[in-house]
Amino acid sequence: MLFKITLCLYFLATLTYLTCLYKQRPFLNRTASALLAGGFLTHSLELFSQYLDLGQAPVTNLPQSLSFFSWTLVAIYLLLQLRYQVIVLGSFLTPLALISILIAAALPSSTEPLDPVLRSYWFPIHVTSAFLGNGFFGLAFCSGIMYLLQEHQVKGKRMGFFYHRLPSLRILDEMNYRCLTLGFPLLTLGIISGSVWAEYAWGSYWNWDPKQTWSLITWLVYAALLHGRLTFGWRGRRAAILSILGFSVMLFTFVGVNLILKGAHNFI
Amino acid sequence: MNIIVVGLSHKTAPIEIREKLAFSESSLEEALRRVKELPEIREGLIISTCNRVEIYANSSDNAQGPPRLSKFLSEYHQIPLEQVQKYTYNYTEQEAVHHLFRVASSLDSMVVGEPQILGQVKKAYQDALEYQATAGIFNRLFTRAFSVAKKVRTETGIANHAVSISFAAVELTKKIFGSLEEKLVMLIGAGEMAELAAKHLKSNGVREVLVTSRTYQRAEKMAEEFQGTPLPFDKYFDFLDKVDIVICSAAAPHYLIRPDKVEKVMKARKNQPMFFIDISVPRNIDPEINHIANVYLYDIDDLEKVVEANIKERQKEAIKAEEIVKAEARQFHCWLESLEVVPTIKSLKEKTEAIRKKELEKSLSRLKELSPEQKEALEALTSSIINKILHDPITQLKKHELDGNDCLHLEVIRKLFNLD
Repeated sequence: MLFKITLCLYFLATLTYLTCLYKQRPFLNRTASALLAGGFLTHSLELFSQYLDLGQAPVTNLPQSLSFFSWTLVAIYLLLQLRYQVIVLGSFLTPLALISILIAAALPSSTEPLDPVLRSYWFPIHVTSAFLGNGFFGLAFCSGIMYLLQEHQVKGKRMGFFYHRLPSLRILDEMNYRCLTLGFPLLTLGIISGSVWAEYAWGSYWNWDPKQTWSLITWLVYAALLHGRLTFGWRGRRAAILSILGFSVMLFTFVGVNLILKGAHNFI
Repeated sequence: MNIIVVGLSHKTAPIEIREKLAFSESSLEEALRRVKELPEIREGLIISTCNRVEIYANSSDNAQGPPRLSKFLSEYHQIPLEQVQKYTYNYTEQEAVHHLFRVASSLDSMVVGEPQILGQVKKAYQDALEYQATAGIFNRLFTRAFSVAKKVRTETGIANHAVSISFAAVELTKKIFGSLEEKLVMLIGAGEMAELAAKHLKSNGVREVLVTSRTYQRAEKMAEEFQGTPLPFDKYFDFLDKVDIVICSAAAPHYLIRPDKVEKVMKARKNQPMFFIDISVPRNIDPEINHIANVYLYDIDDLEKVVEANIKERQKEAIKAEEIVKAEARQFHCWLESLEVVPTIKSLKEKTEAIRKKELEKSLSRLKELSPEQKEALEALTSSIINKILHDPITQLKKHELDGNDCLHLEVIRKLFNLD
């Protein structure tokens, strides 16, 4: 029930945020934020009740983790919005959060019993850092898209729809950089905590499980981006494209691996 | 009580005529005094800017008011009346209110959305207030005009985007760099537009303006204007990697800045974005550099296109603004009318009572030997007839007094009953 309400509220919030892109009115902005905050509240309650049922963080299978990912995205965005008034970012982020939770709703829920491996105190560390990292990369993805849109307008001397509504290129690039510096250490922590836990549960730190392999590939992409930014001045367009690429790889790691490649990391 | 305006603007008169009819700051007090002394004029206000001269007045005579103001203009400035009439327009009643609201909201300006006119109207009002040329109605009218102007500015986009080349350049700079603090500007060559753009950038917070020109003295002189730093023309190339914004207005016959140089500069800058504005004709910056990553180049045509697009946006927004102003003018006018309902009812009652008394007196003097009861009956009869006749008109008037949107034309009532 709570889940359905969350879905509705997120859907309405996304629609309102998209409308905000067309018509900039303070009333619309407030409504959008309120709807999103409301959905976040019911979502948090729903996740908490699942936690009570499971005795574990509710990220034990793919639909649950997609729902949790959506929650992370909304959490990060709402925090950002408190600090900086970035309504436009909401217009790009809420569709992402909505898609994630819609897929979660569409997937069949698993009735398999919980794998005993998952009962470990490594679970929350691994999961939290991985998801938070992914959340920030999702944000970087959105700001990358916004950057490319805005750059296309300014370079092409077309002051069209997005030119007036998107913030400056510098702000978009900085957002990208900040998300990178926050997301990368979290992803690193996620992979390391995962490996330590793997040693404890399966006997070896690394066994080239598809999930592990692709996490590593994701990590390498973002490492390259970070290094490029710091050393070679890879900023602006290049950084935006790499953030989009990195996020796509991350998505594959998150979802694609489960659906296409199978391994021991079968839970999510 | 009627609001009237007589005036001329850039739309109806050329500058030679406008300057002859303008009022100087020092002559305002005397002029306002004379306007108020005109017959039937209770309040007055004069707006005199380089683009318009207008006299607003609260006159109790609609028909005579505008001609009196025209005559005043003619006499005061010693210009023949026919000339004044040729170049001026006049409005009364709701149209006058509508005109004022349009003017204050910058809808009647040369550049729709310009910010100065509101300040100018406010100053004119302050002056009139100081010289006691205004009273209740005008105070209400102008206060309302200012809030309508504010509403138009906040609810529509008529003041939103740059409509001059130099402002467009600054707007673009902000779109690329966000904040302009700590940014360095280089001005190559001289020229009004380039200097204007540099001035705007300086006032928007850039750290410094470097100026270079073929003649060093020229560079020095210009640098003084922005508290900048002059550079000799053979050295400026070396400073390019430190600079974020380049405004080029040199008169060189060839490209001064080419792609290979810019690529080197960008490497040295670790790819920090750069914005080139080329105002020279022929162009002094190779257009190819726009293809380099994180480099943005706008020539004068590009900036003109930006301005054109912005002007179109403003025109679209102006349509919205006109709707707002029209509705506000109607509302205000209805409020003005409603002020007259009570005095009108009073005049109506007074007039009919006077007729009743007079006719009753006439009849009583002809009807000899009436008993007191009969006299009383006649009093009651005539009063009753009057009250019954007036009952419906007065009820209608009172009803419409409360309904602000649908104003009854009291003018018609007053004319029909000849109350004035």
